[in-house]
Amino acid sequence: MADPSDRFYTHTHEWVQVSGGQATVGITQYAQEQLGDVVFVELPPAGKKVGKGEVLGTIESVKAVSELFTPVTGEVAGGNAALESHPELINQDPYGAGWVVKLKVAAGAADGLMDAAAYEKFVAEEGGH
Amino acid sequence: MHPYLAGSEDRRRMLEAIGCSSVAELFRTLPGEVRCGELELPRGRSEEEVRREFWALAGRNLAPDCAASFLGAGVYQHVVPAVADALLQRGEFFTAYTPYQPEVSQGTLQAIFEFQTFVCQLTEMDVANASLYDGATAVVEAVLMAQRLAPGRKRVVVASTLHPDWRAVLDTYCEAMGLTVTATPRDSQGRVDADALAAALGQDVSAVVVQSPNFLGVIEDLPVVGKIAKAVGALAIQAVAEATSLGLLAPGGRFGFDVVCGEMQAFGIPAAFGGPHLGFFAARRACLRQMPGRLVGETVDSQGERGFVLTLSTREQHIRRAKATSNICTNHGLMALAATIVLSLLGRRGVREVALASHAKAEYLKAGIRELMKGDVGVRLAFPESPTYNEFLVLHDDPERLLARLQDELILGGVATTQFGDMFPRGFLVAATEKNTKADCDRLLGALRRPA
Amino acid sequence: MSDGRLREREKLIFERSSPGRVGYQLPALEVPAPDPARVIPSRLLREEIADLPEVSEVDVVRHFTRLSKWNYSVDEGLYPLGSCTMKYNPRINEEVARYPGLAQLHPLQPEVQIQGALALMWELERALIAITGMARVTLQPAAGAHGELAGMLMIRKALAERGAQRNVVLIPDSAHGTNPASAVFAGFEVVEIASTARGTLDLAALARRLDVGDVAALMVTVPNTLGVFEPEIVKAAEMLHASGAFLYMDGANLNAFVGVAQPGRMGADALHINLHKTFSTPHGGGGPGAGPVAVSAALEPYLPVPMVERVADRFTLNYERPKSIGKVRGFYGNFSILVRALAYIRSLGRDGLRSMAEGAVLNANYIRTQLEADYHLQYTEPSLHEVVFDDARQAENDVHNIDIAKRLLDYGFHPPTMSFPLIVHGALMIEPTESEGIEELDAFIAAMKAIAREARENPELVKGAPYTTPVRRLDEVRAARQPVLRWQRP
Repeated sequence: MADPSDRFYTHTHEWVQVSGGQATVGITQYAQEQLGDVVFVELPPAGKKVGKGEVLGTIESVKAVSELFTPVTGEVAGGNAALESHPELINQDPYGAGWVVKLKVAAGAADGLMDAAAYEKFVAEEGGH
Repeated sequence: MHPYLAGSEDRRRMLEAIGCSSVAELFRTLPGEVRCGELELPRGRSEEEVRREFWALAGRNLAPDCAASFLGAGVYQHVVPAVADALLQRGEFFTAYTPYQPEVSQGTLQAIFEFQTFVCQLTEMDVANASLYDGATAVVEAVLMAQRLAPGRKRVVVASTLHPDWRAVLDTYCEAMGLTVTATPRDSQGRVDADALAAALGQDVSAVVVQSPNFLGVIEDLPVVGKIAKAVGALAIQAVAEATSLGLLAPGGRFGFDVVCGEMQAFGIPAAFGGPHLGFFAARRACLRQMPGRLVGETVDSQGERGFVLTLSTREQHIRRAKATSNICTNHGLMALAATIVLSLLGRRGVREVALASHAKAEYLKAGIRELMKGDVGVRLAFPESPTYNEFLVLHDDPERLLARLQDELILGGVATTQFGDMFPRGFLVAATEKNTKADCDRLLGALRRPA
Repeated sequence: MSDGRLREREKLIFERSSPGRVGYQLPALEVPAPDPARVIPSRLLREEIADLPEVSEVDVVRHFTRLSKWNYSVDEGLYPLGSCTMKYNPRINEEVARYPGLAQLHPLQPEVQIQGALALMWELERALIAITGMARVTLQPAAGAHGELAGMLMIRKALAERGAQRNVVLIPDSAHGTNPASAVFAGFEVVEIASTARGTLDLAALARRLDVGDVAALMVTVPNTLGVFEPEIVKAAEMLHASGAFLYMDGANLNAFVGVAQPGRMGADALHINLHKTFSTPHGGGGPGAGPVAVSAALEPYLPVPMVERVADRFTLNYERPKSIGKVRGFYGNFSILVRALAYIRSLGRDGLRSMAEGAVLNANYIRTQLEADYHLQYTEPSLHEVVFDDARQAENDVHNIDIAKRLLDYGFHPPTMSFPLIVHGALMIEPTESEGIEELDAFIAAMKAIAREARENPELVKGAPYTTPVRRLDEVRAARQPVLRWQRP
């Protein structure tokens, strides 16, 4: 699957989609493949303020824990409650129903992040591990 | 040559295959400065010589079975069924390791699942882990878990009647973690003073630890204590030193406690001069992700057959590393198996009968001491009005001298409180179990009756 | 699960329960049986626990015997779990540990009644001093990780006494997970230090980090977790000491050099010893082990209390140690494990212990040379007692270390340790120990070669393994997503 062009990407394999002061954050197809079957997601509390690059929460598979870094500075509006009973949504639909956190952000929050083409190039070069 | 090692022909063939002329070449990367000469140890001995040496060492000890023993204070001597050790000696159990490969470890995994179930049943808690080292470290792990659940709170309140060794270990760990441990006093009945406890609590307290039955043998009023602890949002932790008490006494799980943890040595684990024993840890479901220790869960295999696996491993050190819920790796798996076997043998009726018998023997001794108190021979029950399980404190001005006199008669009369400084009233703790005979109990009472 | 026969598989003990069965008999009570409610408030009492099982002794024997048959164990065959040192567990150790004069002792019996126990502990400490070349040893910790914590607490106290503000512990990226976890529980902050391209300690990186001035200690395993000796360990120790820091040594790999080299000559300040690894005490399905910690003179004052001392011909438990870190567990140590370790040391003796290390290193090198053509070696430095291959070649056919491990089960072996150390992707850490003769190693080698061939010619076969074990591959995802951690009455 090609990474959708309607959003931006980080070097730590998160995606962010910004619209009208709200950002939605998730992990990429590549990230969920590397992680394997997601079994648990630790979401941040609403109202938590985070700076770009800080830890938002964690996503766990059976054998690994992956930190979710926020691509943008903002305030947590809420996490995807569906992930509590259906963490597999992240594997099945990482760009849609498997979104993880929504934040309130200022204008220009996603400036400087990679677009889909740049991200795909980055992943190809990183070559795996 | 040695029976535990391969032979000279094995060595010769392997060296030839590797292309080395001697084993010394395989150590070529070790610089001279780290090398040692011949170890300053005796030469290797035969099994018979090892037997002789260890038989002699054992002979310099007095095994409690050679005396009438009423020792407790955290280690209890119960009847252990013969078949338990026979099963534990199966090499398939004790020469295996942690069940990392579940397909060839279902024996260990299912036994742990059964252990976890027994612990939940005894404590009325939702989840239990596969074991910790002992009661002292179990309490520590509970307090550290409380800390993770309430990171801003830096104070821990423990009953002054917590086992002093357990308190000492808690102090060691908490000092490193920057936590303050304060003790809350007992009342004149030997129980946690509820008013003092309530006054000692605040929003800065992450955990409240109460042992019941406590170190002095008194059964705490858990409903009251639990309520006080929860009122400030602290984690309520019940510590248990005599696990068979759970056959008679309602556990903290029933009174809003978050954790019931402690020592399960009483269910079939030998005293063994203090270890290895068996730490147990049970908690509410809400604590699950922050629990320490291994957890075994039920699942299915690719053919739909039920099986068991280690699960929720992301909490643990081999995955979470610096952020793990505990540093524990090797735990006390074989002791958990021992308890599982003994609990299976005792079952519904036996767990109750052991508790009732232990309680009955202690009540018999207490009644005898009440009689002695009429005659003023210098021993008194410390808390005559307080309910106890199988252990109680007897006051005496010079307990060590009294116990030494009893030793001469091959009676191990109890544990002097004087060895724990002046934390507790002067006297000695007397413990009884189903193992003590009436004749031994009468011998103790008779010896106490005689003047020094 | 079946062994091919038609019999229904073994249930949980609770599912075997049948009303009216008993598995025990207690001696006659002989004293009055008071109603507990007369002396204990009824709200503090409980009734009989209804869901505890009711089974006979025969049921219990059948149950646990059948369960045991589903386990692979060292008694059955090679158990090459790297870093765990799964050597033979001698039965003489089991026999002597069960002498009533050792097994039944209560820890609070007066000293005059426990002189043999104290003598035994004293002898074991002397033996471990002779083996490690260190100054003194605490026998208190219950496991390696527990020993790490004790060691780090001693270092913390030593630094505090000097008034040093040092809160950082350096840990290589190849370290066992207990190292950073123990350091954190000892109140430190962990900073990871990357290994060199050869997989060893990067002294330049160490020097740079020491210059910051906040390093309390370096925690290192020798040989390292690749089974490779740290060539510059003595220099690293000197650098640490010169900068006011300590060297903590993880002794998990001690089996590689007992009788050949000593940590005391490498500059170690504290070292834990896994008795259940190097000194043959049983792994028990997950313990109990024991993790004594040997220390240098610099850390001796901080040892946990009590220590066993000898005064003339009497032994005593010494609590008068004002600088001690205190206690790290109840009582004195996993005593019956200590008994087993001393029996093993006596059995092998000075000559046998050296042969043990030589055998461990020889066996590992034999496996390495026989499998180098089939499996990839990321780090090619000489191996001591263990060798870390990886699945890089097999991964070209989408066969990974977990598949190789599961297929090994069909060949009748326990797999090597997987996915550790973290610096080797797809790791397979093989530690045969000295217990194995050449035919067991050859059988293992043949199985590994066969699997390598299967990975090339029939990868799907490997990916579907195991086929012949009591259960097939288990759904660990389900176990984590929907945890069921106990039996409940339906």
